[in-house]
Amino acid sequence: MSALEHIPEIDNGLLRFLTCGSVDDGKSTLIGRLLFDTKTILADTLNAIEKTSAKRGMSAVDLSLLTDGLQAEREQGITIDVAYRYFSTGRRKYIIADAPGHEQYTRNMVTAASTANLAIILIDARKGVLTQTRRHSYLASLVGIPHLLVAVNKMDLVDYDQAVFERIKADYLAFAARLGIKDVRFIPISALEGDMIVDRGERLGWYDGPTLLDILENAPAAHTEQAEDFRFPVQFVCRPQDSANPELHDYRGFMGRVESGEIAVGDAVTVLPSGATSRVKRIELGGEHLPRAIHEQSVTLLLEDEIDISRGDLIVKAAEAPEPVKQIDATVCWLSETPLSPARTYLVRHTTREVKAKLARIDYRLDVNTLEQEATTGLAMNDIARISLKLAQPIVADRYQDNRATGAFIIIDESTNNTVGAGMIG
Amino acid sequence: MSTLTKQTLSHLDWLEAEAIHILREVAGQCANPVLLFSGGKDSICLLRLAEKAFRPGRFPFPLMHIDTGHNYKEVTDFRDKRAAELGERLIVRSVEDSMARGTVVLKHAGESRNKHQSVTLLEAIEEFGFDACIGGARRDEEKARAKERIMSFRDEFGQWDPKNQRPELWNLYNARSHKGENIRAFPISNWTELDVWQYIQREQLELPSIYFAHTRPVVRKAGLLQPVTELTPAKDGDVVEDVLVRFRTVGDITCTAPVESDADTVEKILAETATTTITERGATRMDDQTSEASMEQRKKEGYF
Repeated sequence: MSALEHIPEIDNGLLRFLTCGSVDDGKSTLIGRLLFDTKTILADTLNAIEKTSAKRGMSAVDLSLLTDGLQAEREQGITIDVAYRYFSTGRRKYIIADAPGHEQYTRNMVTAASTANLAIILIDARKGVLTQTRRHSYLASLVGIPHLLVAVNKMDLVDYDQAVFERIKADYLAFAARLGIKDVRFIPISALEGDMIVDRGERLGWYDGPTLLDILENAPAAHTEQAEDFRFPVQFVCRPQDSANPELHDYRGFMGRVESGEIAVGDAVTVLPSGATSRVKRIELGGEHLPRAIHEQSVTLLLEDEIDISRGDLIVKAAEAPEPVKQIDATVCWLSETPLSPARTYLVRHTTREVKAKLARIDYRLDVNTLEQEATTGLAMNDIARISLKLAQPIVADRYQDNRATGAFIIIDESTNNTVGAGMIG
Repeated sequence: MSTLTKQTLSHLDWLEAEAIHILREVAGQCANPVLLFSGGKDSICLLRLAEKAFRPGRFPFPLMHIDTGHNYKEVTDFRDKRAAELGERLIVRSVEDSMARGTVVLKHAGESRNKHQSVTLLEAIEEFGFDACIGGARRDEEKARAKERIMSFRDEFGQWDPKNQRPELWNLYNARSHKGENIRAFPISNWTELDVWQYIQREQLELPSIYFAHTRPVVRKAGLLQPVTELTPAKDGDVVEDVLVRFRTVGDITCTAPVESDADTVEKILAETATTTITERGATRMDDQTSEASMEQRKKEGYF
């Protein structure tokens, strides 16, 4: 690959994906292989892992060492936390969220999944669909990752046998149907040998689908291909008050990110929760005036009318306004070592708004391995449950399955300011 | 069935939009933030992002530089000029003042002051009561940083606890802290060195001259080029050569090495960055090579 090919010329945007599996499944080796074969790993990094590989008595370079992060992880030989890795192919930039596979790290998997648009689920060809495969798939679908890629790894250890691959595929499809997962693809790979990752290799001739990297290159970058309602949570209000510049005297810019949908100059908008209405006068980005703004773009909106708007308000298109609510039903993942206390008041951060919240009820806790519902009165770290929360002030929310940005919230413990829970409304 | 593919942002536009969102969250959630501006390329990008985030208003935070007293003059001159052009307030706090106070004690006169910036930074945070420091660190720089949050919590001793970080989901950042604690916010966490150079090119950002190829006396040592300066004079037996070099990072003179290069434009640097075979820190930072965990150790002690 020549130099300039590395600079994205045909810009196919940015794809965030998640890798799920344990070190035993070859997850670290897969990531190492992707970085290595796309020439992302540089000589000094390679030198360092060559040295470590030799020190540990390995004959070949252990690519999994590339993802060893923290001192404590190296000492214990486990992955504790989500790590983010980057590579670029010349067509697209990638952000990998690398989540640990162990059962006790459900919270890390949920964290990593929350920003991903595709998940690679690794299966060891010798072991087939395991409990953890089901858990990872369930969590990926719970957090609303639209595209799953099941990579059957270690094909080299089963003689690249097509029958093994087909059996695992059938097993997986049988339970995926129950989860309602729609877009799932399968690929046989050997991360260790590099087969079907970036290069096709010569030992999987019976597989005629695209390589793993080809699938990544062509996956949709948008979270959903469906048109979504316009949602613009106000982050900051700009009132320059510059006495030297009288033109700015009446300037009121509402700063935020288009979380979904799009907006154009002249569109009729409603501000929630107040219900005040106006039209978009101008859309600015760094001094430039834009005719419209699309999802994920950070801009400043100026409106025709002077209305009172502050951080925490939501600007929507007039015809697409959801109702403010004071109680929400949600699926939550408890993230903290301190269990949920039904008696306490917590803080809910939803879009750019913070409100006080109390538990109204817990419907059930879900066993993420069997998907069975269990009665419970409390929640501990890594629990996934259906709950209902009472809110001190109304929020303007969508169902998570309809809108990731306005359907998600986090729960904060005010005594420590820790983020203790993650919730999905609906 | 074919559907129209939804329009999405280019990778640079996406990174820019994310960084602007993060800057506005800091401004919206924190009472008294500060942006750490060194005159280096990453913080130069931060300033452009802050302009895009907050103009035509003033920045809702001052700029601050923790000066080791061992910075290249080209860089500190640039720092002052850029702050003046923007019309924003620049605070400079110096490691030498901490040394005079006795809070920084060097092991020997020639010791790199780089890691001692942590002490001066914590003193400045206390002096001004900052509850958030916005920095230009990137996750691709180093292994420990790959695991750090975009809003990273520090306790009242400025310490980072890598095993006890706040979970960070969606783009719902939690920048809350109690008095005495603070948040380090990293808007360009998801950028790589190449992204930074592409952004500099696209936005036509001005940089200190030492980022571009120039002739400089150096000594070759341990695979690195050590610049010969008043602070780092050649020792007996050193072979001093005039070499065409540029800096990939600009830090403390005593621990930042240039690389051989004839790239005298952003375009040439971009081409070099795309083909380079050594990581940014590997090629240039003498302080990171001491141990595999040295950055993590410094971060735990309050480093950026």
